[in-house]
Amino acid sequence: MARNKTVRQQQLEAALLAPVNWVEERSGLVGGVKYFLFRNVPRDISWFQTLGSATLTAFLVQLGTGVILAMYYKPDPNTAYASIQHITNDLTLGWLVRGMHRWGASVFIILLFFHMGRVFLFGAYKYPRELNWIIGVLLLVMALAEGFTGYLLPWDQTAYWATVVGININATAPFLGPFIADFLKGGAEIGADTLSRFYSLHMLLIPGGLITLISLHLYLVMRLGVTSPPWSKTAAGRERDPEEETRKRGLVEPRRRGNGSDSIGGRASGK
Amino acid sequence: MTESPDRAGKSRPSTPSLWPAGFAAGIVLVLIGLVTSWIVVGVGAAIAVLSALLWVTSSSRDLRDEDEILAHTDALEAEAAAGAAPAPAPKKELPRYGRNVFLERATLGLGGVVGAAVTAPIVGFAVVPAFVGQKEEQVNLGPLDNFPEGKWVIAHFLYEPFEPQSVGRRTAYIRNNGFVDNVPSLTILSNRCVHLGCPVQPSGPVDENATSIETEPGQSVEIIGAQPSNFSCPCHGGSYDLEGNRVAGPPVRALDRYRYLIADGNLVLEGRFSVSTVEGEGADAKIKAYRLYPPGTHVDGPDQWMYPFTS
Repeated sequence: MARNKTVRQQQLEAALLAPVNWVEERSGLVGGVKYFLFRNVPRDISWFQTLGSATLTAFLVQLGTGVILAMYYKPDPNTAYASIQHITNDLTLGWLVRGMHRWGASVFIILLFFHMGRVFLFGAYKYPRELNWIIGVLLLVMALAEGFTGYLLPWDQTAYWATVVGININATAPFLGPFIADFLKGGAEIGADTLSRFYSLHMLLIPGGLITLISLHLYLVMRLGVTSPPWSKTAAGRERDPEEETRKRGLVEPRRRGNGSDSIGGRASGK
Repeated sequence: MTESPDRAGKSRPSTPSLWPAGFAAGIVLVLIGLVTSWIVVGVGAAIAVLSALLWVTSSSRDLRDEDEILAHTDALEAEAAAGAAPAPAPKKELPRYGRNVFLERATLGLGGVVGAAVTAPIVGFAVVPAFVGQKEEQVNLGPLDNFPEGKWVIAHFLYEPFEPQSVGRRTAYIRNNGFVDNVPSLTILSNRCVHLGCPVQPSGPVDENATSIETEPGQSVEIIGAQPSNFSCPCHGGSYDLEGNRVAGPPVRALDRYRYLIADGNLVLEGRFSVSTVEGEGADAKIKAYRLYPPGTHVDGPDQWMYPFTS
């Protein structure tokens, strides 16, 4: 097929590839992206393994909608509620983007828990992936902190009193609780400083931490690979059945390993 | 020459130095002092500087092993005196510090200093302002005549007149208990639930007409008569009697109260305190008072030991 390309098609392809090749030659980025995207995965993975990337997608939606919402939102007690009303009722598509951010927050948390449950039930947290589980737990905590700090921003009665209750729950922690509460409030009372403090935490500090930890999370996924499900017959690290391997590769004679008395080799030789 | 190995041998076993811990303790004291008092800052800074000096001294002992340097010098002099005769080599080879090692450590050290100099004020600015200047301000509620004897009133006022109204508005439930020995007695309950801080509501009829008075510039006080039978919280169902004692629900103690004073015939709130229980009623009430604790925390009993640092 490739040989049948017209001259024009070839020219077009070369023109399209030229900038890509230019970048690749100077940075190796194209190869890096290919290395990241086209990895080998176990053959018996299923839709369950897509929960992680679904969570990532939900986070990216929050990132995109949040950045745009920040262009219109005003973190000041006098104008916060009005600016939310303005976004929702007056601005073109404001209702949609705010709705995406508001409902997407719940989707993000729900997917996080589904992803966590998948990893737990598949035993994918075991050696050598413990560190990735730990990073995942930190990501969960930060995502919940995003929910807590974002909940105050509409600055209506629900937001205000829910935050009062949430901060006072923190205050009941033994010994350091009152300090944590004062730190969150930015003073003795919930006021203007609390709102801008939560806004800064919500859109700068915690997202920065989330992006950093997600990068580490993905790096470890890339480095350690995807786990096979617990029921897998071709689980990673399991000794392969030489006969099956041979059949798969289209070879005739199985190459025996050892003296053939090992469990799997033995089965193959007993046939 | 002969005694040098022994001396050196004594100082050789390098135990981990405790000065870094002292340095850290000094820094902690400085941070605490920024909240409490400048004296503590001074003491902490002194401890930190002293520990840092001793730390540097102890960790650089190997570099300045004077005995060995002397020994080495002796050996060199002996070699020079003996001419061609080979001098006995020093027992231990002097540590060598190449330029690359120096540059590596200088980069790390200077980088650390620069990083700390930039980070410390940022972290301090993020944390410390939340803890300083937390004194409760006095609030003038206007003439005492507005609080009729034996009647409950709801008083709305601004806690900090400069805050936007939506944030600074506070509410107290006030009952004038009449005079005791020519001194007015009042029951003044904070409306913040001691479960988790929601606004407690009076259960019972509330007057339609409110009296609004501007007691001070920016301080607008609203007074509304009410006939509550008890107080209850809309958030999680906490319920209190008219003395603020917990009747039902999750609260762990009685409602907080306001200290007050009478100045020029005006009722002035002074700040809140926490209460475990109240025995008796009105002017005869015996109030078990404590300093102000956060909502949801016990002020008495063993649970109280978990909150030793409340402001």
